[in-house]
Amino acid sequence: MNCNVCGVNEATIHLTEIVNNQMVEIHLCDTCAQEKGTDFKTHFNLGDLLMGLSSLDQANASSEKRLAKVCPNCGMSYEEFGKSGRLGCSECYEAFAKMLLPLIQRVQRATHHLGKKPTKISRSVRTTYDLRLLQDRLRKSVDSEEFEKAAMLRDEIKRIEDRLKKGKKK
Amino acid sequence: MSQVDVFINQTAEWLRAAGPDSDIVVSSRLRLARNISGFPFLQKMSVPQQQEVVEKVKVATETCVGLKEAYYLRSTDLSELDRQFLVERHLISREHATEGGSKAVAITPDEVVSLMILEEDHLRLQTFQSGFSLGEAWKIIDVIDNELEAELDFSFNPNLGYLTACPTNVGTGLRASCMLHLPSLVLTKQVHKVLQALTKLNFAARGLYGEGTQATGNFFQFSNQITLGQREEEMIDNLERVIRQVIAHEKEARQFLRSKRKVKFEDQIWRAVGTLKSSRIISSSEATQLLSLVELGIDMDLVKSSLTQQEWSGLFLLIQPAHLQKINKKKLNSSERDICRADLIRERLKKITL
Repeated sequence: MNCNVCGVNEATIHLTEIVNNQMVEIHLCDTCAQEKGTDFKTHFNLGDLLMGLSSLDQANASSEKRLAKVCPNCGMSYEEFGKSGRLGCSECYEAFAKMLLPLIQRVQRATHHLGKKPTKISRSVRTTYDLRLLQDRLRKSVDSEEFEKAAMLRDEIKRIEDRLKKGKKK
Repeated sequence: MSQVDVFINQTAEWLRAAGPDSDIVVSSRLRLARNISGFPFLQKMSVPQQQEVVEKVKVATETCVGLKEAYYLRSTDLSELDRQFLVERHLISREHATEGGSKAVAITPDEVVSLMILEEDHLRLQTFQSGFSLGEAWKIIDVIDNELEAELDFSFNPNLGYLTACPTNVGTGLRASCMLHLPSLVLTKQVHKVLQALTKLNFAARGLYGEGTQATGNFFQFSNQITLGQREEEMIDNLERVIRQVIAHEKEARQFLRSKRKVKFEDQIWRAVGTLKSSRIISSSEATQLLSLVELGIDMDLVKSSLTQQEWSGLFLLIQPAHLQKINKKKLNSSERDICRADLIRERLKKITL
């Protein structure tokens, strides 16, 4: 991760500060940390940092329009998210998907969950999740040149997709 | 007497100094972030909704094997001192202690599990293990997470996984961390190289009190930064591999100090013992720093101590502000605490002879 101030050097100092009841994470390189001393508390804001990351991808989009976007479920605006770095509800992920997904990609270096899942989820959520897990395994087996395994996975994915298509037609 | 006082005479799980490699890895901790579907995230929650969640989770913990013995403490039952006390024991976060609104925490009597209710996310489930023991911590937290999930519906998206208030936690919601005592890497001025390498690999390094800013007493917390795109076990395994290397470096540095810097090294340690045994006023950061050096001396058989492990590691906690006030049973200002702290340390260190 690069330093939040100069953006050039590798950050070695990671601070989590509470500013106006908000948690702010700051990553600095040695040089910038020394220069900034102790009074950089007020200069950073997690929300701004996060938004800065997403806007890199959308330099052309009208930023005012983006800021005004509001989640229909909880009423949070993207501007509010920018200030706090916290979303208002689970629907915000849907409402701000256009801005959030590039941001998540940048922060997490991934876009898909491969970890555990709750047992109590709807069948469609489960199928989507399982299918993606299989696709991930397929990708990995192709990467490691395990082609027999890859072929089996490909067939399994096709079976599930066909079943889904049939289900939709009915 | 406050409910939290039950913990004062025991050593927090993370300070027990037992378990694998516990001379370097003080403790292992896992945290899962979860939100209950049907409720907005904390920032958009009304007060009645907050109260509803606090009570809903209480019911869920009662049916959960891993949590049914837990103390369920609502923020209204806790004084400011109580909350500070829990922060010092790592059972709640600073944010959880200081933010207003309805909140609660469930803590098992052995302090292995703590469930913060209405921290940044609705639920922040944590498990602690003494020593280098992330695998064990995962077994415990996974079971409790499953048990809670049977009672509560968690927000889950098939692509993004568990949805969290901050997108930096989305996916697994997992933060795995180990607290390491690296005095020799600090003394040999190597520690910044380690920190630099770790951050290149997307791990974060923080000080003793995680959210704090300073690495006091040569204690560092290392944790994963990425929560999406890998299985939980993979994330834990990655952190473990990196930490194993850090352990090896610290061991090498200890060997180097012993063989190549013997006199200077012994001088530093014995001066620390001397200061702790004679000071009349001492701040918690100075005390932690010096205790860290003495601990290194004990680990390396330079300093002979007849203190039990509990008496020794307990000191790191007892010298903290809220703990000092609890054991002295009165409110103490900062300069009074510095005096009490020095008294306490001198008393305990009678069992270490110069």
